[in-house]
Amino acid sequence: MSTTPMPPATPTAAHGGGHHASHNLTGFIIFLCSESVIFLAFFSGYAILRGSALNWLPPGVEGLEWRMPLINTIVLVSSSLTMVAAEHFKAKEKLWLFRGFWLLTMAMGAYFLYGQAVEWGGLNFGLTSGTFGATFYLLTGFHGLHVATGVLLMGLMLLKSFLPGNYTGGEEGVKATSLFWHFVDVIWIILFVLLYVWRT
Amino acid sequence: MTSTALVPEPLPSWRRYFGFSTDAKVIGIQYIVVAFFFFLIAGLLAMIIRGELLTPASDLVDRTVYNGLYTMHGTIMLFLFTFPVLNGLNNLLIPPMIGAPDMAFPRLNAVAFWMVPVFGFLLIASFFVPSGPATSGWWSYPPVSLQNPLGQLINGEFLWVLAVALSGISSILGAVNFVTTILRMRAPGMGFFRMPVFCWTALAAQTLQLIGLPALTGGAVMLLMDLTLGTSFYRPEGGGDPVLYQHFFWFYSHPAVYVIILPVFGIFSELFPVYSRKPLFGYVYVAVASFIIVGLGLVVWVHHIFPSVAQWMRNLFMVTTMLIAVPTGVKVFAWLGTMWRGKIKLTTPMLFCIGGLINFVFAGITGVMLATVPVDIHVSNTYFVVGHFHYVIYGAAVMGIFAAIYHWFPKFTGRMPYEGLGKLHFVLTFLGANLNFLPMHPLGLMGMPRRVSSYDPEFAFWNVLASLGAFLLGVSIIPFLLNMISSWVRGPRANHNPWNAIGLEWLLPSPPPEDNFGDHVPTVISRPYGYGKDEPLVEHQAEIERALTFAEVTR
Repeated sequence: MSTTPMPPATPTAAHGGGHHASHNLTGFIIFLCSESVIFLAFFSGYAILRGSALNWLPPGVEGLEWRMPLINTIVLVSSSLTMVAAEHFKAKEKLWLFRGFWLLTMAMGAYFLYGQAVEWGGLNFGLTSGTFGATFYLLTGFHGLHVATGVLLMGLMLLKSFLPGNYTGGEEGVKATSLFWHFVDVIWIILFVLLYVWRT
Repeated sequence: MTSTALVPEPLPSWRRYFGFSTDAKVIGIQYIVVAFFFFLIAGLLAMIIRGELLTPASDLVDRTVYNGLYTMHGTIMLFLFTFPVLNGLNNLLIPPMIGAPDMAFPRLNAVAFWMVPVFGFLLIASFFVPSGPATSGWWSYPPVSLQNPLGQLINGEFLWVLAVALSGISSILGAVNFVTTILRMRAPGMGFFRMPVFCWTALAAQTLQLIGLPALTGGAVMLLMDLTLGTSFYRPEGGGDPVLYQHFFWFYSHPAVYVIILPVFGIFSELFPVYSRKPLFGYVYVAVASFIIVGLGLVVWVHHIFPSVAQWMRNLFMVTTMLIAVPTGVKVFAWLGTMWRGKIKLTTPMLFCIGGLINFVFAGITGVMLATVPVDIHVSNTYFVVGHFHYVIYGAAVMGIFAAIYHWFPKFTGRMPYEGLGKLHFVLTFLGANLNFLPMHPLGLMGMPRRVSSYDPEFAFWNVLASLGAFLLGVSIIPFLLNMISSWVRGPRANHNPWNAIGLEWLLPSPPPEDNFGDHVPTVISRPYGYGKDEPLVEHQAEIERALTFAEVTR
């Protein structure tokens, strides 16, 4: 209709289609920050309940065995390092080395879950064993759910790496998954200190 | 290059409002309409509550039913009216105000919206389960909320927690989207200190959601486990601590008040300059004060539970609570300074702003009273508290929301709302709100507890007044609904800038095309609110406006 000339547009990188990948990473980081507050809530709830408890351990429970969880911790912390290695090889476009280390990280995550399940199986207290049992299963269970999510995300990224040309220009999903994995790792270290190292 | 981007597209079918649309402007209207549907339901519950309180005796409804009524009234009003309606405004306003074509994550946006009817349905469904709806108040404190006399797994409280958790997830998805959009998708030249205050306050409010909501979700997960799995996080008999829940609840739910009121501050900051024809007084201070409110707002929650905590906590949180009056006061004086010697135009949106501001100042005064430990402990759990927060939520926030709806209605529908009906709506709302909520203050000071269906006859006078006010408020919604429906259908056509306002959204046709500016995002060259300064907001502003006017004349 109108023929009035439009002012010249000055599009920036933030505008238009095809640039949304960076938004995804921003959004994911914001989400992770928010997610950390749930853990903070559970941690503080645990600390308050434990700090104010008259009898923290339920009758017949000696405390938590720490050797197997320590092995689990070492595996999970190391898996952050193998993930860094995987990302390093992706940056160098050595895709097979990336896949190898990525798969190793996945395996370590799966081992952690296995170790957690074995630990749960051998415990002589349950979810309803006072606030001790409830907080223990809540914290380890909620964290385990995140580990499982991380392993699934990694599997998805591994599959996507076989799409031709998918990872040549850098892949936001890998970055997001790796951030998530380091996050899960840091949460576990805090959890380990709170659950196994803290002695009354 | 032709100006096809400036010609309004033919109005798409109304059916898109009933489907899964990823267009922020459709989602915005979906949010607002769904929110008002629930507003009518929760308003009806309020009418029954005030009907019961007309007489001292418990004669209209059963006491258990009454407990369910106030619980559902509060829950629906907050989680299904206030938050969704504000998310609707965010969806409509943020992308055009910053020159973005849509939200950063359109599909996520639609998912977040469609969760609202789902958890709304869950809450309403709780009226029809054998145990009836949740009856422990909108805060669901244990041990009251952990009572499950019928022993059924699916009970009102269970559905309540489920709905609140879903609401939390929906709000988090929304918040991630809004924050990313504001941080990453602003028009060229729009630095943070050229951003409209509404976007500042939306950013601040959504930041609070991201920090606060997970705490409530965590607390609610534990409540659900106590209720259904037999854990004892909050059960004293199992070593748990019911006050712990109160901390989780208020760590979010006090900031939630700022989540509600901050965008309303944004609305006031947008509208006072338009209708006073003056720049916003102290723009930078108003913008920054939003984030001071965020910081302080996160460390005041204990003032809700003064009776449950140690003296040192009372002292500490009394001080932080009082401090929050400072950034808030900065804003109030900025609005007064904006109006001072301005050419004030008393349009419907302006009237709602002024009325909202008056109510807000009153609520702020009673807020400082409540922050004072001795006063708070005296009036804790009385109608004084009920009166205070209704002044904030209805008197200030809902009136601000009405102002926003009247102000931006022409932009997004292309039609002008009727001024006469609007002013009638304002008068009824302002009188109704004050008649309803003012008598609650003397009632509280006299010692009438909240959440009771029968009371001492000495409280009857103020209760009758409050109930009359409530019924007036109930009537006040009629002209609003009439106005919205009839002006959307056959109201006079709106041009692109009917209020002569300054802002990127007013450089778009009414209604804007689906992708707003598309590829022709103008470059911002000055601060917002340049009223009376005669400096353009964007490059080539005169050409853009000429093209818009031309398109309107020739349509």
